[in-house]
Amino acid sequence: MQDEPFEMVVGTLMKSRHYVLAVLLAFVLLAVGAVMGQAQTKPLPSDDEVNAVAKELYCPVCENIPLDVCPTQACAQWRELIREKLAAGWNKDQIKNYFKDQYGIRVLGQPPLEGLNWLVYLLPPVFFLGGVFLVYRALSYRKPVAKAGAAANGAPAAVDPYLKRVEEELNKRK
Amino acid sequence: MVANFGFGVMLLTFLVTLYGIGAAIYGAVRNRAAWVESARATTLLIFPLITLVVLIMEYLLVTGDYQVEFVYNVTSSSMPVYLKLTALWGGQAGSLVFWSWLLSAFISSVALRKWDRDREFLPWVIVAALVTVAFFLGMSLFFENPFSRFWQLPSGKEVSLMFAPLGALPISPADGRGLNPLLRHPGMIIHPPMLYLGFVSFVIPFAFAFAALVTGRTDDRWIRLTRRWTLIAWLFLSLGLVLGSRWAYDVLGWGGYWGWDPVEIAAFMPWLSGTAFLHSVMIQEKRGLFKRWNMILVILTYCLVIFGTFLTRSGVLSSVHAFAQSAIGPLFFAFIGVTFLVSLGLLLHRWNALGSNGDITSLLSRESLFLFNNLLFMGILVICFWGVVYPLISELFTGQKATVGPPWYEMWTGPMFGLLLLLMGIAPLSAWGHSTLKTLGRGIWKPFLVSLLVLVFVYLSGITTIVALLAFWLCAFTFTITIFEYGRAVWARHRATQENLFVSLWHLAGRNRRRYGGFIIHLGVVLMALGVIGIEMFQTETQGTIAQGQSLSVSNYTVTYTDFAEFETADGRDVARAVVAVTKNGQPMGNLYPRRDFYIESQQPMTIPGLSSTAEDDLYVVLVDWNPISSQGATFKVYHNPLVFWLWIGGIVFILGTMVASWPDRDPEIEKVRVGARAALRAQN
Amino acid sequence: MENTENPVSAEVINGSDPAASERSRSLPAWVVVVAFLVLLLFLGLVWWGLNRSSQPPILVGEMVPPIVLTTFDGKQVKLADLSGKVVLVNFWASWCKPCEQEAEEMETVWRKYKDGGQVVFLGVDYVDTEPEALAYLKKFNITYTNGPDLRTQISQLFRIKGVPETYLIDKNGRLANFKIGPYTSTAELQAMIEPLLK
Repeated sequence: MQDEPFEMVVGTLMKSRHYVLAVLLAFVLLAVGAVMGQAQTKPLPSDDEVNAVAKELYCPVCENIPLDVCPTQACAQWRELIREKLAAGWNKDQIKNYFKDQYGIRVLGQPPLEGLNWLVYLLPPVFFLGGVFLVYRALSYRKPVAKAGAAANGAPAAVDPYLKRVEEELNKRK
Repeated sequence: MVANFGFGVMLLTFLVTLYGIGAAIYGAVRNRAAWVESARATTLLIFPLITLVVLIMEYLLVTGDYQVEFVYNVTSSSMPVYLKLTALWGGQAGSLVFWSWLLSAFISSVALRKWDRDREFLPWVIVAALVTVAFFLGMSLFFENPFSRFWQLPSGKEVSLMFAPLGALPISPADGRGLNPLLRHPGMIIHPPMLYLGFVSFVIPFAFAFAALVTGRTDDRWIRLTRRWTLIAWLFLSLGLVLGSRWAYDVLGWGGYWGWDPVEIAAFMPWLSGTAFLHSVMIQEKRGLFKRWNMILVILTYCLVIFGTFLTRSGVLSSVHAFAQSAIGPLFFAFIGVTFLVSLGLLLHRWNALGSNGDITSLLSRESLFLFNNLLFMGILVICFWGVVYPLISELFTGQKATVGPPWYEMWTGPMFGLLLLLMGIAPLSAWGHSTLKTLGRGIWKPFLVSLLVLVFVYLSGITTIVALLAFWLCAFTFTITIFEYGRAVWARHRATQENLFVSLWHLAGRNRRRYGGFIIHLGVVLMALGVIGIEMFQTETQGTIAQGQSLSVSNYTVTYTDFAEFETADGRDVARAVVAVTKNGQPMGNLYPRRDFYIESQQPMTIPGLSSTAEDDLYVVLVDWNPISSQGATFKVYHNPLVFWLWIGGIVFILGTMVASWPDRDPEIEKVRVGARAALRAQN
Repeated sequence: MENTENPVSAEVINGSDPAASERSRSLPAWVVVVAFLVLLLFLGLVWWGLNRSSQPPILVGEMVPPIVLTTFDGKQVKLADLSGKVVLVNFWASWCKPCEQEAEEMETVWRKYKDGGQVVFLGVDYVDTEPEALAYLKKFNITYTNGPDLRTQISQLFRIKGVPETYLIDKNGRLANFKIGPYTSTAELQAMIEPLLK
């Protein structure tokens, strides 16, 4: 009687060392499969995660357009680049720095605090303080008059409320 | 033929303008009234002449004479007639003529007013206004000629010139390029004219200021003459800005309304100095102070208008708004140089004559608060200006062009806008000349308590960030004070006259349009601030690629992709339209139809969002067009924008308030009623 | 904004007060000078900006500033080291459709000259992503040196308005010719290179 192939295989497998090998092999395959499956089921960063980073970057080519809404093909590529970097575990600041190194400071929403760019952050408060100073000068002479005026104001208020009202009405009529 | 005729009329207008300038100067210097009258007559003539030029251009546009370069650039046979008409301002050449036309309309109406009391101003107002017209006409004649046509030279080369070169043959393309799809939206049709009206009308106050400086009549006369013009100019500029942001929101598909784009800022800056001027002018009228500052402000506003126009059109800045590069840059620069230098020179020359009489004596008086208001507006202006100019500076010195974007602007202007909101509430309570904490306090404490109540309510509804709470409180505070002030006056009048409350309200506003118009404007601003806070601080968004039947959700909304259709339209668009069903908190809210329009002839896409708007929030769904769109999968961006509805309502209230404030006052009847109301008010306190 | 002593309640509304004008200081000369200087400075800046936006930065005949290109392999190529050779700098990007039109022509012409040793082709990849760039190079079998334009320094030097743009530098390091847009044929490209070999 010819041995059926199936019986042959099963018979071989049943021999203990082949049995052990088979179990080991199965175990290894399972383990590899699990690891690979793990890697495969880990999701790519979603559009929202990409946009959270892209929102803070600007299109290197078309000026003043944020990277998350720019419709060009180049921008689509850069968003995919962000997705890759996020998947590789980079955080937002690392990605922004990478873009800065690759494409220049124009990709950032504000000039970075280096070199000449300090001017961007210094001048506004300087000008504002200058304005405050001018306003102060416009108001400063009120002090000497205020003392005299406070006394004087008390009297006219009591003596001439009607005159004051007439003044106001005249003002409004003009 | 027609184009030649149009060019001829334009040239004639230019020469007439030059004559007018000369006649006005001669008449003023030699004190010859006849020459000044002649100059005035030329200003009346210029409007019909330029109208003729505009009519000719419209004729060429509508009949589709594609040999004319401008017509070729902005129209095509498939465009409907109304778009062909509005294409007049769809390109550089046409919009410059449009500018000149609007300016001439204003100048002619200024010339029509009664000049008997102000004869000495007339020639110089004419000079300033006509020089501006001459400049714009000059640009149209010599650099951006709307009547320039295509010719083929004997050598085979194709050129665009006004008159046919020797031996050249006319080239008549079969069809035009068509208007940029972005410009075909109704909002885009009305936004440029409104903005141009705003820019152009600021020339008039400047012309009067110029006349005041030249003649030495540095008292208040020039301000009184231009009060209404300034308000109208400001009205149009505000309208232009609000319409522009509404259009951006509706059409551009990035879920926002203001991008801090340099060209947007270029239009915003004159608005800032104009608003400062409107307030500061009242100080001069009531207290005779700040004459120099007012002069500076009105000159600054005009200069910013010219500078802004230059930035948009010369190619110095690149942005989505900017026109393509053109040769007008140098000429424009020359005009700016002359204008700025002459203005500065005149200002310094008359510096002493512009001295004020009187001082600010009280820190909390209205003039003092207006001074703070000016400081803040100027602060915001400096921020805007610096942000626009800095990229150029960084490129000059470091070779790298830095981007100054929204984060920077918002960081600096946010607090200043907040302080302005506060001032807006307090200033109407203070009196001209003198106010103390006590007098102010009397007016504030009740609204303050109400605003605290609102704050508690806001906090209880879940908002916990300090900045948001502060912002909402400021809005509530200013809103309540304004309503209280208005309400108190209405109540007093009602008690004094026994009228119906609403009639009282109407009459009160009618009696003092500036004050109550101002209140309405402030209310409008508070509503707009509410919208801005909602969208800036609480916007959420999501993006995802979904197939038909799947959904995305953001905040308490769910958007389900239910249908898809693709079709061609009669006006040359390939439309891909998605149907999404919206539910809020599980309740169905209806369908939205975001779509992608692809303009076949210009190969340009536009994504039009589907928008669902309620008082509480907006849901904004837009198809993303850099990924494929089909029923198997389409990428949607969904924005949840809370409170943005109030931005538009506030804008409407704002415009209405400006109209109330600028409506001419009827001759007031005896002030008995007002005095009575005031007495009643004092009795109440 | 001068110092006067007019008390508030007795103020004459909007009349001009001669006393006040007399007491006002006249504007010192230095203020006038500074004001005009600041304005002229501002105008100068604007004029500079205007010029910059309309002109190419390196005119034909001028020396080209030193450029360093870091190739995709990580090597550094300096323009200074290439003096004595004709250098062709070509700006391209993988997302640029017109660049694909000339890619084949570029490679064909390169192969003609590469053994001669007199001509060097440098491809500068303008604001691009590396995987796509390398794929583009592979697609067109490009063999000449290519590298990304880090920090867009090189493109800012030439102030390119878009891609593709090509700049030819002669043996002495001066800009000899340039082409905005793609080459339409190998003949056109060769016609630009040949005169420089003399």
